[in-house]
Amino acid sequence: MGEWINTILQGLLLGGLYSLFATGLALSFGIMRMINIAHGDFAILAAFAAIAVVEPLGLDPFVVLLLIVPLMAGFGYVLQRIILNRTLGQDILPPLLVTFGMSIIIQNLLLVAFSADTRSLSVGELGIASVPLGGDVAVGVFPLIVMAVAVAVLGGLQWLFSATPLGRAFRAASDDREVAQLMGIDNRHIYGVAMAIAMGIVAIAGVFLAIRANINPTEGPARLLYAFEAVIIGGLGSLWGTLAGGVILGVAQTIGGKLDPGWGILAGHLAFLAVLVVKPNGLFPRTRER
Amino acid sequence: MSILETRNLTAFYGDFQALYGIDFRLEEGETVAVIGSNGAGKSTFLRTLTGLNAAASDSVVLAGQPIGGLPAHRIVGLGLALVPEGRRLFPSLTVEENLLVGAYSGRKGPWSLERLYKLFPILAERRHNPGTALSGGQQQMVAIGRALMSNPQVLLCDELSLGLAPIVIRDIYAALPGIKAEGCSVVVVEQDVSQAMNVADRLYCFQEGRVSLEGRPDDLTREQISLAYFGV
Amino acid sequence: MNTAVIQRATRASRIGAIVGVLLVLAAISMPWWAERSSQRLAAEFLYTLALAQMWNLLAGYGGLLSVGQQAFIGLGGYSLVLFGLQAGINPFLIVPLAGLITGLIAVPTAAIVFRLRGAYFAVGTWVVAEVFRLLIANTTSLGGGSGTSITSTVIGIPAWWRESLTLWMALALGAGATLAVYLLLRSRHGLALTAVRDSEPAAESLGISVKRIKWFVYIASAVGCGMAGALIFITKLRIAPEAAFSIDWTATMFFVVVIGGIGTIEGPIVGTLVFFILRELLSDYGTWYMIILGSVAVAFMLWIPRGIWGLVGGRFDMHFFPVQRRLKLPEPQSNNKEE
Repeated sequence: MGEWINTILQGLLLGGLYSLFATGLALSFGIMRMINIAHGDFAILAAFAAIAVVEPLGLDPFVVLLLIVPLMAGFGYVLQRIILNRTLGQDILPPLLVTFGMSIIIQNLLLVAFSADTRSLSVGELGIASVPLGGDVAVGVFPLIVMAVAVAVLGGLQWLFSATPLGRAFRAASDDREVAQLMGIDNRHIYGVAMAIAMGIVAIAGVFLAIRANINPTEGPARLLYAFEAVIIGGLGSLWGTLAGGVILGVAQTIGGKLDPGWGILAGHLAFLAVLVVKPNGLFPRTRER
Repeated sequence: MSILETRNLTAFYGDFQALYGIDFRLEEGETVAVIGSNGAGKSTFLRTLTGLNAAASDSVVLAGQPIGGLPAHRIVGLGLALVPEGRRLFPSLTVEENLLVGAYSGRKGPWSLERLYKLFPILAERRHNPGTALSGGQQQMVAIGRALMSNPQVLLCDELSLGLAPIVIRDIYAALPGIKAEGCSVVVVEQDVSQAMNVADRLYCFQEGRVSLEGRPDDLTREQISLAYFGV
Repeated sequence: MNTAVIQRATRASRIGAIVGVLLVLAAISMPWWAERSSQRLAAEFLYTLALAQMWNLLAGYGGLLSVGQQAFIGLGGYSLVLFGLQAGINPFLIVPLAGLITGLIAVPTAAIVFRLRGAYFAVGTWVVAEVFRLLIANTTSLGGGSGTSITSTVIGIPAWWRESLTLWMALALGAGATLAVYLLLRSRHGLALTAVRDSEPAAESLGISVKRIKWFVYIASAVGCGMAGALIFITKLRIAPEAAFSIDWTATMFFVVVIGGIGTIEGPIVGTLVFFILRELLSDYGTWYMIILGSVAVAFMLWIPRGIWGLVGGRFDMHFFPVQRRLKLPEPQSNNKEE
């Protein structure tokens, strides 16, 4: 019994990590109406960048975040302004294809730079520390930190969207690009800022992933799929829905993996397909557009 | 001095040339109406003024400054605001948020939320409703208020009366004097000719992308207008 | 009679037809005059063309941006394991059978992924491909995650016949897919498909069932990819889930169609040629080869979104596969005798 409770708790907390992956994707869905196929690859890129800095300098991974997050955010802004903004329009093919191409480019650049070996980041004792909850039930400290960060990120975004001029500008630009311009909103800049935020969050996700597990240069697409599933399960346009989606995905994966190690990821995918069949608009839909 | 002027303004709607050398001026404190049938180029004219369509730099002059071809988000900061046809409120924003977004450009001036709620008291009651949950007339008030929040020198109104009941139209137009009292000059584009004649100091009639008639409503005869409007 | 006539054939199309027939004849006779290595290259070229035509039909005409066509390639490949390795059927007979199987599997798949639209549909199809990959990787009787050899299925077939049949089937798929898309577009449904591509709401208002057309295109494309998948793994003789359901298949289709010109029949042919040329030129560069391919695709999408054929065919108004109807007006007469 305690074993199962542990499994479910692990899944719940894994949802925090998935939510961090999903939030950035949901942002670019929601504001630019584009899907970034290279989203997961950018997370892996951030993780390898962190690895490259941590190992020679001997810095703490949490300190490295202070460097990597702004770096990735700046990169995201430039990328959106220079390349991605050019692809936005009625046709959904250009952004899809361009980011797909980027995904292949990033994976192979990482292979050139870091080889196909798996790598990870160590946070020492913290990585294995756990909090006992009585009986043989315990939760890891690091997964708790990840969940706390995920909740803090979502809370911050909610505040940004509902209470700041920038947040209103995001929503206005998402509703009606043209009229938003008439309000003095420079869409190209706003999209750049949105991508910067998305990239900053996914950089956190990537670094946390590398602390939690071994990563290799080609696992970006898998991360994209989990993020996508969390967004759709939660319901498009719903900020907190991505957390719910991440948690459902995480629990499905850990329960599946407990039954048979080969079935973990499959169980996550099947949970996603089941939600799609039963509630095509996700569990907490905000927008009707799909 | 004219607050807004166009000189030999040409514009395209896709591949079609929609405007052929429009000369237009709006004096400070004036209300000018632009009338014309469907496809005469009225909406393209407004889109070009606001920067949504391309134009040659000196073909549009706002308060002495050439603004033609500037991006739309720059032009609003210089004091030119549009109430778009069909209101086009932001559906995911509340009434108050729609108004606040109007102030995004940060241009200083007389208008604030309080001042607007005084002009349209009903909006204060419904400030936390989604903009699109309001009646057509109330939505039009939000759209006007949203434009005013940018403290424009010139307010452009595209088809204010479209799809609204006569009594509602009267209420909307009743707000115009209060807006002008704050030092705003107004251009109204209308298909409803008699409404336009009532509010305008001067009138332009467009036909197939050209100005077919210009003058004061009192000086124009019904026949002149009908000729300029329909071209028959 | 001086009336306007609607014509489709162009001079380019007549030349194209002759060249096409000559090329097909040359390919058919290859086993008698060509080396085995060039035969294999030709087969690879032809099945790549078939895959590209299928993706072009789906994305370029049907507006369905699938990133998950590897699902059907993989399932086609695994038909060999099920029917060849386990039931002992001749592998070349399995090719059409694989088309049937993938077509049938595409029906319930469509029911699920069609709940998503546009870019969401794209990622949804990718998830479905992953589901099939993981299902097979977890089925030990099909070889599990490490895959299985399928050499024993072709063991009784003489080498000459194996190579020749592979080439002929690849030709049937490559030329067949091209011809099938061409004929489909010239048919009544083709007009509907073009209407859907240009504007879905407009097509709907003309009484075209957009939904039915999309279903048809999706399933037709699955059939094509399934057959190609079976043939591909006959040539490889070994199959594993990672390779069979690899996103690289879809990446190749993307690349070929975008470089060549999406939404044209000529585009995939040009794109496949460019793809093979680049591959020959860059094969020594390993990982950098993929980086260059990716960069070329991105550059095309940004600056030449209509692809090579869109650029060339558009400039010279050249159409080897004229699918559009052209209005030909009579010569203007110098004087009118009736007056």
